[in-house]
Order: sequence, then C-alpha cells, then structure tokens
Amino acid sequence: MLQLKNLWKNLGDFQLKNINFTIEEKEYFIILGPTGTGKTVILEVIAGMYRPDKGEIWFNGKRISDLYPEQRDIGFVYQDYALFPHLTVEENIAFGLKVRKRNKEIISTSLYEIVSLLGIEHLLKRYPSTLSGGEQQRTALARALITSPGLLLLDEPLSALDPRTKQIFQEELRRIHRKLGTTTVHITHDFSEAIALGDRIGVMYNGEIVQVGTPAEVFRRPNSRFVAEFVGAENIIPGKAVEGAVRIIPDVEIQTVSPKIGDVILTIRPEDIIISRERVISSAQNSLPGRIVHLANQGPIYRITIDSGIMLTALVSPQSVEQMALNRGDNIWATFKSAAVHVL
Amino acid sequence: MLKKKPEIFFIVSFLAGIIILFFVMYPIINTFFWTKPGFILEALKDKDVMRSIYLSIGAATLTTFISFVLGVPFAYFLARKEFKGKSLVESIVDIPVVLPHTVAGICLLTVISPRCWLGKCLEDFGLEVLGSVAAIVIAMTFVSMPFLINAAREAFIWVSPRMENVSRTLGANHWQTFFLITFCLSWRDILSGMILTWARAISEFGAVIILAYHPMIAPTLIYERFSAYGMMYAVPVAVILIVLCLIIFICLRLLASDHMKGGAA
Repeated sequence: MLQLKNLWKNLGDFQLKNINFTIEEKEYFIILGPTGTGKTVILEVIAGMYRPDKGEIWFNGKRISDLYPEQRDIGFVYQDYALFPHLTVEENIAFGLKVRKRNKEIISTSLYEIVSLLGIEHLLKRYPSTLSGGEQQRTALARALITSPGLLLLDEPLSALDPRTKQIFQEELRRIHRKLGTTTVHITHDFSEAIALGDRIGVMYNGEIVQVGTPAEVFRRPNSRFVAEFVGAENIIPGKAVEGAVRIIPDVEIQTVSPKIGDVILTIRPEDIIISRERVISSAQNSLPGRIVHLANQGPIYRITIDSGIMLTALVSPQSVEQMALNRGDNIWATFKSAAVHVL
Repeated sequence: MLKKKPEIFFIVSFLAGIIILFFVMYPIINTFFWTKPGFILEALKDKDVMRSIYLSIGAATLTTFISFVLGVPFAYFLARKEFKGKSLVESIVDIPVVLPHTVAGICLLTVISPRCWLGKCLEDFGLEVLGSVAAIVIAMTFVSMPFLINAAREAFIWVSPRMENVSRTLGANHWQTFFLITFCLSWRDILSGMILTWARAISEFGAVIILAYHPMIAPTLIYERFSAYGMMYAVPVAVILIVLCLIIFICLRLLASDHMKGGAA
C-alpha cells in the first residue's frame, strides 16, 4: 500500500500542492492530467529523485520519503525509456540484478522469465539505438520488472508509440499486471488509456489531485468543470437549479436528481442522449425538441449537434442515422434520463 | 548545354581554407627542412635535451592527472546542480584561459613565494616550490585545468539525468551510477578534454619560466638555445618535440573518436 500524505514540492515550473492519496496493494492507479501539470514530478518524488518540501510517503508500512532511490524497491519507466545506450538489451535488463550482486544463475533465470513474458528474447544482443519504439518500451519495462519491485511507476509509457503499437502495448500492460500483480502508478494525459487500464484514476490539475475515483465515477460524476471537460464530457451547461430541475434559459428546463440549489453546471454524456423523430413516452424525464445543426461522421459513430435552445451533442450509430434518415436541419427530439444529468 | 553556375561563396570559403592550412602546416613542415638529420641525432644524444623533453611530457601528464582527479567531480557538480552564483563560479573557472600567461605566472608567484603565508608554510615544511618540478606542474595546472573541467561538464550535461535516476531505482547507489552509467557515456568527451589539457600544459611557457626557469622544460630549453646560440641549435629540439607531440596527439585522438559499437555514443 502506497500512501502520499500532504505532499508539497515546488520546482519552479512544476509544483505539487498538498497531494493526498492511497494506492492499495496490487492496484493499477492512473494519474490523469494535461501535460505540464507536474505528473512526472509526482512519480519522481515517489521514486526519491526529489525530496518533498513537506509531507510524507509511506509504502507498505514504512516511511520511504527519507530513503535514497536505491533503497525504495521501486521500478521506474520513463516516457523516453532512458535505456542505457552503451549496454545491450540484455545488459540493460540485467543491470538491476548485477548491481545487487545476484549470482549468475539467478540472473539468467530471471532474465529468461522476464524476456519471455515480454516477448523480446530475440533482441537480447542488440543495442537500444537499433530498437523500435515498442521494443524499447518492452526493454525498459523488463528492466524495471526484473528486480520484482513492490511498486511500478510508469511515466506516460504509451505516449511515444504509434496508435497500433499503443493498442497492443495497452493490452500487454494489462496482461502483465494481471500476471505479476505489481502495484502500479501510471501517468497519462489520455482518458481512454485511463479507462482501459485503471482500477482507479486520480485526476491532476495544476499540481493538485482534484478527483480520485473509479473510471466510471470520474467519467459519470466529474466533480468540477475541469474534470468534466478533461474526461470529454461534451455537454457542459451552466444554469440555475431550483427544486428538482435546472432552468437553463427562460424556456428550457432540465430535470435532475440532484438536491443542489443555485448556480450549477450540468454535464450530460453524449452517449446518454437518445435521438428520435417523434417524442418518445418513456421513463426518461427529459425530452427536448430541437434541430440538427451539425452531423459529423466519425467512423464507427456519428456526432450530432442539436439546437434545443441549448446546444447538445449526442452520439448515434451509423445504422440509426440511416434508419431515421437524419440530415442537417431536421427537427428531432433529444431524450435523456434525469439520472444521466450530472450536476456540479 | 547549360553550364552550372559556380557557387562563389563556396569558392571563397574553400580559398580561405587553403590559406589557413598553408598557414598552419607550412611553418611546421618547413622546420624539418631547416635542420639536418645529423643535428637531430646529436640533439637526441644530448642529455639536457632529452631530460627537458621527458620533464615536459611528465609534468604535462601529471598536470592532466591532477586536473582529472579534481576537475571531473567538480564538472559533474556543475553539470547537475543549480545554485545561486553558478555562472559566477563558471566564469572563475575560465579566468586562467583569458589571463596572459606571464600574468598567470606572476599571480602564482605572489602566493608561492616565501613572502606569502602559503609559500612560507610550504617552506616551513621544507618544500621549496620555486624552481622545482612542483612549480612547473602548478603553473601548467593553473592554465590548463579549465579545458578539462569544461569538456567534462559538457559531457555530463549530455548524459540525461533520467538514466541516472533509473539506475538509482534499479538499486545502484550514486557512486555505482556514476561509474557504470554517467562515466561510461562521457569518457570519450572527457578524454578529448584531457588531450586539450595535456596539449595546453606541454605548450605552456610564460607561466612556467616565472616560477621555474630550472629545471628546464623543453620550451624553456628551446628558448634558451635560440636566444644564446640561434636557430641551428633551437630547431633540432623543436623538431623532436613536434614529432613526439604529434604522435601522442594522434594516438589519443584515435582512441577518443573510435566509434562505439552499435553507434550508441
């Protein structure tokens, strides 16, 4: 279990402000945030490359914030991998065991296990400069994992890969985590990556962790406008809440299940909005008439912008667009449940 | 058929290069023709000549070693740490490069002469620095150490601190990390710095004669022979020194530029 308690660090350009969170044993924790918000610094503080200005780090019941990096039992993979260019892949991977003076047999057994887990047996004699991005990534991961660290820190591990490799490697990370169960902190700015991999997500903004929760919680119930925008909630609508409903502009009222009163911000996920030609009588409390102002084909999905007095974005499958023969300028109904409306 | 127009700029820069190469190489080559093999052989048999050459090489090598031992750790510190007044410190390191050499010699003389407490202390311990090999090495180190520090600092800056960080997380302590990662990745550039330092040390004359006219290093001997007996006696010694310096220079250059396997450097 990793605990960060009231952690502060000021590095000039990057700051950590009062970071508090706990990561459970074997958990895959994602720190999600835009570039330049100090995400890498969090990992570097955990790994011991910087000392926190204030606060403590506890790992498995031991306070590690005063220890040197080599005493912390932590594996680290940087975004640019930081492979040692003067060593072969094999020497890179075995480095951690060699400096620990493990005997040759243990080294070769562990080496064999880790390279077969990652499928890089054929690369052992090569130098890092001759490897592709994905191969470097695997090498760096193998190097970090061979010492069986209690905690694995991954700094944007997928962002330097091309989309296809990224997809494959994402699967790989999940598989390896299932197999080894290493407690992992993974940093990314990509929400889809966070959903795909994270048991829980901590959203970071301006050096602060602004929300921690499961992907579903963060996705469905963002606790601030920043989180909502960042996780891709597209319908972000300010309004005034009265009992059980939110008045947006004089003639639009949206039903919610929130007890909040006063100035609020609503978010509705575009995939929660149902489009129909006629008004649908259903359990959904909200049904707004509107006109299609934009219809964008995004491959497997259509993104539709509707003017209902407020602008709403909805996602619809190509089959539905075809069946209903939707076109720009058509009048339609947008329907969604009051429970799908998240009130900030 | 259209003729390709000549690129005037390249012609001008090429001609400039020809002038420079001529300017450097002609005097050196011409020195060899100024004397006769018999004179060179005679100089080689002259004990004073050989002693001065050995002394030059030895003192320059010792200078390089001292600069390495002190300069490399300090260069690492400068490459990795940010602190107030860092650019001032870096400027101080460079001062010996801009001082005229006789001035450097005078400055050093003020502290190692027995009139200064430092020189007095050394004298009390029975160490007569003036006019000794130690004085030669002090003069050489003063003027040539900046080259090593700067080369090593540049080399360390080139090594990403992230590699060092990863090495630490893998269980290597700071010392192991320095020797297994940082130094392995920068030794060629440091070696280049050592070559410069060595070359600068062996060529030093101005600062050395102020602290130690005797024992004579080769440049002092050449100067003495030139002023007392003329070119006929100075040139053979110069030729021997040129040949030795070039051999050592070329060997070290080859070692420093030998490309690393896998092109990883």
